[in-house]
Amino acid sequence: MFHVKQRFDPPERHHYIPGMAQTFVHDVIVIGGGHAGTEAAAAAARCGAATLLVTLRRSTIGAMSCNPAIGGLGKGHLVREIDALDGVMGLAIDRSGIQFRLLNASKGPAVRGPRAQADRSLYAQAVRELLEKQQELDILEGEASDLAINQAGEIAGIRLADGRLCRGRAVILTTGTFLRGMIHIGNERWPAGRIDDDSAVALATTLERYRFSLGRLKTGTPPRVDGRTIDRAALEVQPGDDPPQPFSWLTGTITVPQVPCHVTATTKATHDVIRANLDRAPVYSGRIDGTGPRYCPSIEDKVVRFGDRESHRIFLEPEGLQTETVYPNGISTSLPRDVQEDFIATIPGLAKARILRHGYAIEYDYVDPRQLDHTLQTRRIPGLFLAGQINGTTGYEEAAGQGLVAGINAARCAAGLPGVRFDRAEAYLGVMIDDLVTRGTAEPYRMFTSRAEYRLVLRADNADLRLTAKGREAGCVGETRWRVFLRRRQEVGAAMTRACALRASPDEARAAGFDVNRDGRRRNLFDLAASASGDDRRLLALWPEIASWPDHAMEQVRVAGRYRGYLGRMEADIAAFRRDEALDLPPGLDYACIGGLSAEMRETMSAARPTTLGQAARLPGVTPAALQALLRHVRRDAA
Amino acid sequence: MTIFALATAPGRAAIAVIRVSGPAAGETVRRLTGRDLPAARQAVLRRLRDSRTGDVIDQSLVLWFPAPATVTGEDVAEFHVHGGRAVVQGVLDALASVPGVRPAEPGEFTRRAVLNGKMDLVEAEAVADLVAADTSRQRHQALDQLQGLHSALYDGWRQRLVNAMARLEAVIDFPDEELPAGLLDDNRAAVTFLEEEVRAHLDDGRRGERLREGLSVVILGAPNVGKSSLLNALAGSDAAIVSAEEGTTRDTIEVTMDIAGFAVSLVDTAGLREVPQGVEGEGIRRALKRAETADLTLLVADASHWEETWPRIESHGDGNALVVASKADLACPPPGMPGLSVKTGEGIDRLIEAMAQHFRLAWRGAVLSPSRTRHRAALLQVADALARYRNLEAGDVTLAAEDLRLATTALGRLIGRVEVEDLLDVIFSEFCIGK
Repeated sequence: MFHVKQRFDPPERHHYIPGMAQTFVHDVIVIGGGHAGTEAAAAAARCGAATLLVTLRRSTIGAMSCNPAIGGLGKGHLVREIDALDGVMGLAIDRSGIQFRLLNASKGPAVRGPRAQADRSLYAQAVRELLEKQQELDILEGEASDLAINQAGEIAGIRLADGRLCRGRAVILTTGTFLRGMIHIGNERWPAGRIDDDSAVALATTLERYRFSLGRLKTGTPPRVDGRTIDRAALEVQPGDDPPQPFSWLTGTITVPQVPCHVTATTKATHDVIRANLDRAPVYSGRIDGTGPRYCPSIEDKVVRFGDRESHRIFLEPEGLQTETVYPNGISTSLPRDVQEDFIATIPGLAKARILRHGYAIEYDYVDPRQLDHTLQTRRIPGLFLAGQINGTTGYEEAAGQGLVAGINAARCAAGLPGVRFDRAEAYLGVMIDDLVTRGTAEPYRMFTSRAEYRLVLRADNADLRLTAKGREAGCVGETRWRVFLRRRQEVGAAMTRACALRASPDEARAAGFDVNRDGRRRNLFDLAASASGDDRRLLALWPEIASWPDHAMEQVRVAGRYRGYLGRMEADIAAFRRDEALDLPPGLDYACIGGLSAEMRETMSAARPTTLGQAARLPGVTPAALQALLRHVRRDAA
Repeated sequence: MTIFALATAPGRAAIAVIRVSGPAAGETVRRLTGRDLPAARQAVLRRLRDSRTGDVIDQSLVLWFPAPATVTGEDVAEFHVHGGRAVVQGVLDALASVPGVRPAEPGEFTRRAVLNGKMDLVEAEAVADLVAADTSRQRHQALDQLQGLHSALYDGWRQRLVNAMARLEAVIDFPDEELPAGLLDDNRAAVTFLEEEVRAHLDDGRRGERLREGLSVVILGAPNVGKSSLLNALAGSDAAIVSAEEGTTRDTIEVTMDIAGFAVSLVDTAGLREVPQGVEGEGIRRALKRAETADLTLLVADASHWEETWPRIESHGDGNALVVASKADLACPPPGMPGLSVKTGEGIDRLIEAMAQHFRLAWRGAVLSPSRTRHRAALLQVADALARYRNLEAGDVTLAAEDLRLATTALGRLIGRVEVEDLLDVIFSEFCIGK
């Protein structure tokens, strides 16, 4: 049903067109209320654009359709970046997290990834509340079925399934797995975007009509089980961190009650059941042809590909405080229902477990992201932006990050302002988007820290120091966030300056317990914090004033000390990288007339249309020799 | 554009080969022969004409190689013509008149081969070396490189580095997964072993580069013991092929020759005596300096004035030196000292054979040494980064990973590039990852 909630609909704000009772003109229209859509809508609205969020069902806004967790390695970094740009996700998980853990705490600051289990319903509620509080944002229930394109070939709005028109200057499509979604359980299959939601066929057809190249991917979920039927007595307990560390700089402390997860594992009996029924798995019977992610294989995939393993771990993740539903992370499957029931019963602790909802695989269309620019705008239709799983990614955080960038840029596009892009040296957001638009993806794209060349710089602990000022300039950072940030930046700056000035002789350092050589060299706080014996107790003994420094500032000092040397080299690499990025390639460059380019290189570059020399270098298979030819050509043209 | 060039040395010869590469290569064959393309990769005899005038230029073997299985990856044609200047020029002119065809720039065939993935950088450098090789040893070295022995070695190292990185990245990016126990221990062993191999490859006293640049042999001795005569005698010997002019420095005379396939620079130096000051003193200092870095020193003493001339050079005798007792026609050399006379020619062949023997021993199995400074610099970065990796692993895995990345980038610069996808491929094929 078509419905506009009254309090979001003051007509005078909406360029209301008299005589066209239910036609609205917005700056930005967002289709889809998932993680990409909500973040996009909120960002566009924060930038001051009159924004409309169109979703099939208001009640599914902020839904977590896969596992009930936010963050992790690379992903946690993305959440911190979203938070640094004043986004929704960090705040929402802080209000709904029921177990917080900092992954890799022992492996060095650059690869520490914050992660939290979420109470599914609290999370969705937090997202809804944040959107409802957001000024300039309207929410509309309805099915978008077509794009409206003006005579100049630019986006003009969207058409709803009931025939109504919503006019807008920029449109963001965030349709997730809904584009021609097809669910598989054993031999059963039916079209759906999520287990209880219809798929979107009309929009896929629209995209085809505008000759977007589409591909097909698959992903899956495990069966959900009833927590009351799990025997936890013999299972390993995985507690959260105490105290839990919030994601957002705006969150003081976590007030949601915390609960532990439990860990179990598959057994030989589990694998036997699965092996005996492989011919009934759609992936193996040939009913699914979409490409699944290598890092999130179904349990049947794991059993086939890693036949020598006798067991695979399963994390029993509670879906919330008020629900008994448990998400057994690690056994996503599309085996028939009876097989799922059989193999679940072979897992320790789950012998009597009741399945509440069977696992399934979902196949869906995605748009080859190489048809987008770095602001996530399509090259084919100016004003149309795509974000989230529609671009071939997987994961809430990846989707939200793209939504945020698309939201900012759609707002700027509607206002006639130039786009804002993030580069690989300043944000995981930049790494992700550059990977997508430059290289495309053949499997659902997930963030890993190993994707970032400048990993030592792109840390979860400095996301705000990297991005908040840029976000403020782009218009997406609000007043409250900005004040909190300014204070933090000032405190970090003061600590850094002071740390250079604090020096100790070898004797003084040794007296405080540091294991340093008597080489007469006076060491500063960075040096000593970086040393193996550099714990806080000893630093305090040497310089009592440190006690008054805020923890977050001391952390930056410690990291700077630890990565000294490496950071210097990386800065040099980044400078070289930015030089290549600054070398723009003309949009209409005719690769056929560049001497010294092989036919294959011409084809690669003509298809990808890199915007900078740096981007050209990252295209798959591009050789240094081809880059030189390109550079020579561009230089000659410019001269 | 289609390019052509004379592939054999310019000047009169029995046969000259002219090579054409590019989309219009087939067209040049049609135009010059006036007939259809011959069967691929089969030599046929054709009469070549200048298509503008119809004049017959030559009777020639013609070969046609269609893309992509060719040396450049493009269509290639070869004309094997009689080697007279007029014939060659005639064919070149006829080729230049075909539309879309022009003379190749230096190295352009090789560049196209690199661009089309027929060769990597190391192999391309080998082509340059092969063309420039003066001696058989240098040619062997360049050939090894061209045949990809270096590339295979470096590529093998790169693959091992990628594997090591993948193990480390798996530990970093998948902390909740069950990775095999002892992954980091395996890695430490693998990295240590790799570093040792790279160092051994580097630690060859620059043998590869010296071989490529030419070995230096310094003649050292007191004044008037006959050093210059020895140089001239060696240079004039049939056993040594002298190929170059005199050296340019004031105080050393340099002659390049081929001894048993080794390119050798023979250097005559100022006579050694007690003159610490002035121009001559400077000459002596330079002589000694040259001798220090030489691949071989010839210590010359006068057989007729042995007591005065031997002590001057005695201290310079080591494994890298051969002793020569000169003027053996005037006096008998002391027992055990090989006599040589430039007047009678006695002992010259023996000295040349001794030098050849010395080089053969020293360069035994020296095939796979870094042959360019660029390679050495990159490999040194690799070894240093691997050494830091071992130091750091206990402390911060991220920094260890950073060092592996630096090492891989350095190797990548040598032969190609490493892609993140390579890494992920290894991670996901080796480990069961994913919840």
